[in-house]
Amino acid sequence: MSQPELNRAELEQSDFEPLVRDEAEAEKISGESTSYWQDAWRRFKKNKLALFGMGVIVFLGIMSFLGGPISGYDYYTNDYMVTNKAPSLEHWFGTDPLGRDIFARTWYGAKISLFIGIMAALIDVIIGVIWGAIAGYFGGRTDEIMMRIADILYSVPYLLVVILLMVILPQGLWTLILAMTFTGWINMARIVRGQVMQLRSEEYVLAARTLGANSNRIMFRHLVPNTLGPILVTLTLTIPNAIFTEAFLSYLGLGVQAPLASWGTMTSEAISALQYYPFQLFFPAFFICLTMLAFNVIGDGMRDALDPKARK
Amino acid sequence: MGRYLIQRFGSMVVSLFFIVTITFILMQLAPGGPFASEKKIPPEIEQQMNEKYGLNDPLHIQYFNYLKDVAQWDFGPSFKYTGQSVNDIINRSFEYSLLLGLESIFLALSIGVFLGVIAALRHNTSVDYTAMVIAVLGISVPNFILAAALQYFFAMKLGVLPVARFDSFLHTILPAVALATTPMAFIARLMRSSMLDVLNSDYIKTAKAKGLNERVVTYRHALRNAIMPVVSYLGPLVVAILTGSFVIEEIFDIPGLGAEFVNSVTNRDYTVIMGTTVFFSALLLVSILLVDLLYTLIDPRIKFGKEGGKS
Repeated sequence: MSQPELNRAELEQSDFEPLVRDEAEAEKISGESTSYWQDAWRRFKKNKLALFGMGVIVFLGIMSFLGGPISGYDYYTNDYMVTNKAPSLEHWFGTDPLGRDIFARTWYGAKISLFIGIMAALIDVIIGVIWGAIAGYFGGRTDEIMMRIADILYSVPYLLVVILLMVILPQGLWTLILAMTFTGWINMARIVRGQVMQLRSEEYVLAARTLGANSNRIMFRHLVPNTLGPILVTLTLTIPNAIFTEAFLSYLGLGVQAPLASWGTMTSEAISALQYYPFQLFFPAFFICLTMLAFNVIGDGMRDALDPKARK
Repeated sequence: MGRYLIQRFGSMVVSLFFIVTITFILMQLAPGGPFASEKKIPPEIEQQMNEKYGLNDPLHIQYFNYLKDVAQWDFGPSFKYTGQSVNDIINRSFEYSLLLGLESIFLALSIGVFLGVIAALRHNTSVDYTAMVIAVLGISVPNFILAAALQYFFAMKLGVLPVARFDSFLHTILPAVALATTPMAFIARLMRSSMLDVLNSDYIKTAKAKGLNERVVTYRHALRNAIMPVVSYLGPLVVAILTGSFVIEEIFDIPGLGAEFVNSVTNRDYTVIMGTTVFFSALLLVSILLVDLLYTLIDPRIKFGKEGGKS
């Protein structure tokens, strides 16, 4: 803490006169009152890394729409005259074995990867919040049965379940999301359940019940909004996970199918030609890592901002 | 303890039963018969093969037969590799995966704990920041991308380590590092925050006030308590290593069980898919049980079969 330098000239005689004692004046709150969310945003803004992450995501989002038009190429046209070209003025990120422009494909892949990641995470949140809120609010037998089901589904590794589902489902964007959310919601359900169990004995729940609010209203109007912090943090940290899962599945040939391009399929195609054309791997790999990094630092920043007690 | 073990064993069997049932149903729903391939098989031969493998039986008979076989640890024949059973495949490939997995777990634990501890001890210094930057990067780089990058730089460019296969210790380094990095980063973050918690607790202040030297306080008092969250992370660690092996073994051409599983998925070799899934799940359930036992052994505050015990 550095003391601001006092300038003698700025002090005047009136500064030294006693203030009038006034009861009404003393009760006034001088600072602007900040809500929980304003306070959290203020803390979040101080976290440079998290802001950087936000900037990256906004940039990727914009480029996923503008990238293709900027390059002047589309993501699917083969051009056998320019296969496997290194990055140049013509093709900024080079071309792939079929002569497709990697710059255009990268931004198209961004659209697919971000869409899958955000969509899967949102569906996880919806199912998880409903499941967790019901289990946590009613407790007892309901809770036991619901969490038992979740536990059994959870005992099979997540990626294993997704792979098994993709074996039997017809391949496509929505089936991929379906497979990813099949057990993906459980984590969210557990977190919401824990929070709701803590909150359900609070006075405001009792007050709401006394006023005649039914269970639905208490759960989704009173309890869930109060767990929004952890929900948001989990949501943000689920997105990079979903993007990773999509890339992982596409790498195994179970994800997005041609002609659609995602970062995962691009990585997978590039790894087989790694020795000769490493640049083909570099671009999709770099953007997968950058996106996951961005969401991770945003999530960390949000956790610190929303729960200052947990901050280290 | 005996009762607790029996109880745990019972719930393990129930979980396994559900897993076997679910995988059986899933594989029944899969498109195409087990012999579907590019080459058209004459209907007579297909009929005969169906007869031989019992595929003409009603579904519930097939299901009970499968349950009975699995209970005797017999996963049936592979449909794509004629003459080989799923057990053969598991027996042949599991040792590679086990070796790679153990090496990765060792790496993840030792480096992760080390990074977490020094980050906490040098809290808010450049050491702390460096360690945490490494951890965030480790979480953000997918294992298969790291594997490809390692392979490119250390094997293809520098030529200091073998590109692929699994013949000597040198061969194991790159895949083990690729597999270990993400869980290592998680462990480092876990370890750091729990170490910071512990270092602020009263008994550490007491120990310091008694005049014990820094090293004794850190390693004998703080570390032992701070390591508990890492012990409970061992279950997810095993999962991460296991699922990571699917791609890592593929990239490094290691004939392990992960690669076999991926192969069976691409070949639509349904019995192998089922067998390896059940095997993985059993392996996981056993390791989670072992972790829980370890937990109760390390921390005497936690009683067998009692939930919670949070400090």
